[in-house]
Amino acid sequence: MSNHSIKFSATQQAGRLAMHRKRKLINVIALLLSFGAMAFGVFWLVWILFETFRLGVGGLALSVFTEMTPPPMADVGGLANAIFGSIVMAGLATLLGTPIGVMAGIYLAEYGQKSWLGHATRFINDILLSAPSIVIGLFIYAVVVARFKSFSGIAGILALALIVIPVVIRTTENMLTLIPNALREAAYALGTPKWKVISSVTLKAARSGVITGILLAIARISGETAPLLFTALSNQFWTSDLTQPMASLPVTIFKFAMSPYQNWQQLAWVGVFLITMSVLLLNIAARVFLRNKH
Amino acid sequence: MDTRVDIPSTEKIKIAVRDLNFYYGGFHALKKINMDLPEHKVTAFIGPSGCGKSTLLRVFNRMFELYPEQRAEGQILLDGENVLDRRLDVSLIRAKVGMVFQKPTPFPMSIYDNVAFGVKLFETLPRAEMDERVEWALKKAALWNEVKDKLEQSGAGLSGGQQQRLCIARGIAIKPEVLLLDEPTSALDPISTGKIEELVHELKTDYTVLIVTHNMQQAARCSDYTAYMYLGDLIEFGATKEVFTKPKRKDTEDYITGRFG
Repeated sequence: MSNHSIKFSATQQAGRLAMHRKRKLINVIALLLSFGAMAFGVFWLVWILFETFRLGVGGLALSVFTEMTPPPMADVGGLANAIFGSIVMAGLATLLGTPIGVMAGIYLAEYGQKSWLGHATRFINDILLSAPSIVIGLFIYAVVVARFKSFSGIAGILALALIVIPVVIRTTENMLTLIPNALREAAYALGTPKWKVISSVTLKAARSGVITGILLAIARISGETAPLLFTALSNQFWTSDLTQPMASLPVTIFKFAMSPYQNWQQLAWVGVFLITMSVLLLNIAARVFLRNKH
Repeated sequence: MDTRVDIPSTEKIKIAVRDLNFYYGGFHALKKINMDLPEHKVTAFIGPSGCGKSTLLRVFNRMFELYPEQRAEGQILLDGENVLDRRLDVSLIRAKVGMVFQKPTPFPMSIYDNVAFGVKLFETLPRAEMDERVEWALKKAALWNEVKDKLEQSGAGLSGGQQQRLCIARGIAIKPEVLLLDEPTSALDPISTGKIEELVHELKTDYTVLIVTHNMQQAARCSDYTAYMYLGDLIEFGATKEVFTKPKRKDTEDYITGRFG
């Protein structure tokens, strides 16, 4: 009977306090563990940024942006051709991959959500998303480089575009799926045709998220080395001819950092610093875009 | 089911529903509905949740077609023309039958563009005429005075009640003949609700208004005719005064007086 009385008994009260203390203890433990995990991650990140800064900033000079990659042991030299090649290849790969990725994402979210083709596309895209980038590099090597018997900027662009596409597909689809159906219905209720609902209403509402995805894709490819190693190769000289091998920052860093030459090593660190800073800036830009959503 | 239908013969009928059945996959949601909806009047649809009133509303502009598992059988005659006829273009029907939803749904664009959006789908107007149309629609929706100085600002920045009136303005800007309001005030505070109700009252001079509501007082206040639905059946339909003061059926009386639902 006492269990059912309105009043909370003393034993019940004691039990309640004991449970409360236990909950508080678990809370503190969980907090400590997650704080520890956070500190562990931040520790390495800060160290990486610090080392990059320490070793890279020293070699930073105007000549880095104006001079070509030097021969070993030379006094002068820069990364101009590698910076140019990276910007051109990452830029064109983004221009190529973004429309394909956005359109495929639109298909998955708005048209083929439950169709077998949609399911198949989503499945294959997930595999492509997690495919090691060296596999993509070798694939382009086999179908483009080997066939045309030449390393080229075009091959590099294709390899990078293959990395951009799945990232953009995934974010576009996710961002469109987040748009409430009520908004779509409201647009249809005015007699809006489907393509117009998507282009003027849902895609517009998902815009900042889609742009964030594109920025993250650019950040991803600007540091990729493996897909360029077998495709664009590298080039000691300035070239804007996309059918020729093309220099890029990551491959140049790879080459220079492994070398025994002091001037090459110094330039490799400058390259690392430049890439890290641009990736950092792209990530910050992506965050700002996502925050300005409302 | 034997439905009480009490529409005076003097009324001009805008929409005639004939033997309407509706299915969500295998679920029979509307059961052989027959009713005549008078022109330039407000008809309220009441009934407990799940009774099919919103479903019925979404048949009038074929909104249900967005979902492949939903299907309707029977006829909805809008001025004698069967809306459910697949050969009729759904965009043109929706231009005639506008809809406002439970939650305000401003598009991600400026207030001006929100109102102009639907107009641009059907008409190519010079800027000056479009300006006039936008102003006209916003005035009709009783929103003009509150937004006339910030037409270029985002529609999402308005309050809930203002957003809902923006949606009404967007709907009437394309000059429909029928307005469907699906619980338009359920997400709004009492003051905004009052404004929308006043608006509904004014809109009926130009439009045939159909409103779904959970609020009995709202139905009594702003409608000319009331339809009470239960479990997919139209139980009673007649002049609001009659339905509320001397309902013909016990079910209706129980629901209205709050003994049920």
